[in-house]
Amino acid sequence: MTLKALFAASATAALLLALPANAAELTIGFSQIGSESGWRAAETSVSKQEAAKRKVNLKIADAQQKQENQIKAIRSFVAQNVDAIFLAPVVSTGWDSVLKEAKEAKIPVVLLDRDIDPSGKELYLTAVTSDSVHEGEVAGDWLVKTVGDKACNIVELQGTVGASVATNRKKGFDAAIAKHANLKVVRSQTGDFTRAKGKEVMESFIKAEGGGKSICAVYAHNDDMMVGAIQAMKEAGLKPGKDILTVSIDAVPDIFKAMAAGEANATVELTPNMAGPALDAIAAFKEKGTIPPKWIQTESKLYTAADDPQKIYDSKKGLGY
Amino acid sequence: MTVLLPRRGLAQILALIVILAVDRVVSPQFFDLRLQDGRLFGSLIDVLNRGSPVALLSLGMVLVIATRGIDLSVGAIMAISGAIAASLADSHGLPIVLAAALGAGLICGLWNGFLVAVLGMQPIVATLILMVAGRGIAQLITEGRIVTFSSPDLVWLGNGAILGLPVPVAITLGMLALSCAVVRGSALGLLIEATGGNARASELAGVGTRAMILAVYVWCGVCAALAGVIAAADIMGADANNAGLWLELDAILAVVIGGSSLFGGRFSLVLAVLGALIIQTMNTGILLSGYPPEFNLLVKAGVVLAVLLLQSPKFSGLAGMAMRLRRTKA
Repeated sequence: MTLKALFAASATAALLLALPANAAELTIGFSQIGSESGWRAAETSVSKQEAAKRKVNLKIADAQQKQENQIKAIRSFVAQNVDAIFLAPVVSTGWDSVLKEAKEAKIPVVLLDRDIDPSGKELYLTAVTSDSVHEGEVAGDWLVKTVGDKACNIVELQGTVGASVATNRKKGFDAAIAKHANLKVVRSQTGDFTRAKGKEVMESFIKAEGGGKSICAVYAHNDDMMVGAIQAMKEAGLKPGKDILTVSIDAVPDIFKAMAAGEANATVELTPNMAGPALDAIAAFKEKGTIPPKWIQTESKLYTAADDPQKIYDSKKGLGY
Repeated sequence: MTVLLPRRGLAQILALIVILAVDRVVSPQFFDLRLQDGRLFGSLIDVLNRGSPVALLSLGMVLVIATRGIDLSVGAIMAISGAIAASLADSHGLPIVLAAALGAGLICGLWNGFLVAVLGMQPIVATLILMVAGRGIAQLITEGRIVTFSSPDLVWLGNGAILGLPVPVAITLGMLALSCAVVRGSALGLLIEATGGNARASELAGVGTRAMILAVYVWCGVCAALAGVIAAADIMGADANNAGLWLELDAILAVVIGGSSLFGGRFSLVLAVLGALIIQTMNTGILLSGYPPEFNLLVKAGVVLAVLLLQSPKFSGLAGMAMRLRRTKA
């Protein structure tokens, strides 16, 4: 093979390699935790959609819930010299050395959905997460507005005892109703974030509160427990959504099904779209050098029966929840 | 059997009565019953209904424990059978759904039995394999999401009623009667006890100990699968991450509360189910009491300790001595 031919070949190869970079302006590596829940699956599919919308080449690495896999993925992204790295950290500590490697390679890192240990603040560009205290507040505010001046006994289905999400969602809700003496949480018990326990606990609430007649509203820390509670109310001959108001958090598809049937009133969304704001921040950072704030809070949107629940159900059910 | 019950079950019956009385105190309407949509409605019915899955598990577990074994995989088997039932429910008839779900439980039981009886593995290790892998299998079936269904036949299994009694309760009673008839109505119970008491001696005496061990694990798998179908039917969906989670421990606890020895050779089916009822009576009482949930596990541990102390011969000996001492002092 002559030298000329070799040059020509390598030039063609270089051109071919350069092509995808032209079609997609940015290449971003995303170290995802794994398929721990339906929400996580939805986050992955929404991230793909958002990346495609912006013509970003998103490489997703599934860590199967293991930190060592995430560290390996980040190292391989650094070796590939990607434009940015998204990280949904499975745990909050132990990221210092690998994030330093990314920093030395001048690759910005954005945290999605979860924050990491405070000592590592300078090691990432920004964190895109929701505020679970605020989610509880939005739920509480809706109930305050809906109930008005009437006296209202609330029963609460808590998440797993000790889980920070459960503690925060309780704190936010309590703060929202604190100024309104007519709203009172009369019973609060853990339903472990599951449908089965949500149903069992609601059954006991109904019996303890005189067949459910004195209950005015149910607040559940997640939609799954509410789906179980709705079944318990129906089996007790009550009409959820009418006799008893319901408000829960997450906005999973099944709660919209219940809403469309008139059996649920409101849900606060924990958006699976964490990648969208992160992609925008990275684009601005790369183009204009804009440094984003250290924390980008996602919107905690309230959905009620007025938002065409059937349509939202149809759009959400394919996301893998 | 009928002669045995009052003497051996005294501690359990006493414990149940005490816990029921406490429940009555924390919740005055505990014994209220009414008919709601052709189904009995009240806290007592909740106890029976919510206790059914663990009672079914304990029916299988008690025989495994009687052979000096243990089955940690029952919770995972529940998740698998629930996942299978939920995925098939809307496209197939109930007989096929049940056959597939229970068949899966049977295969799981065969696997456990094969590891223990044929390969001679330690039961706790052998069943630990399926405990871990089984939940993964269930997650594969459901693709990590909660699979919901609306098939009225399957929903009836969880929420229907037979003569006012919730279907899960009726199924549990049926299974209890069936297993009592088969195990105690023949020499089977004796052979199982012999296997657990001394496998080598029994083998030499002509007992097919391998077949016995294989059979109890298969039975345990089928019971777990049935519990899984009921749990899925109850919430009209299969939640592979949470269905049956930690219930293997409740089932073992129920068997122990029922007075069966973890060293095998001694068991009672009725008392194991009673043990499951004691656990659920306590759980329902805790939910009704209105205590903050942070106390749930503490209260539970305290009650379990008290029930087990009641049964301990040494403890009752000590208590008797203390009483006598006091009397002599006075």
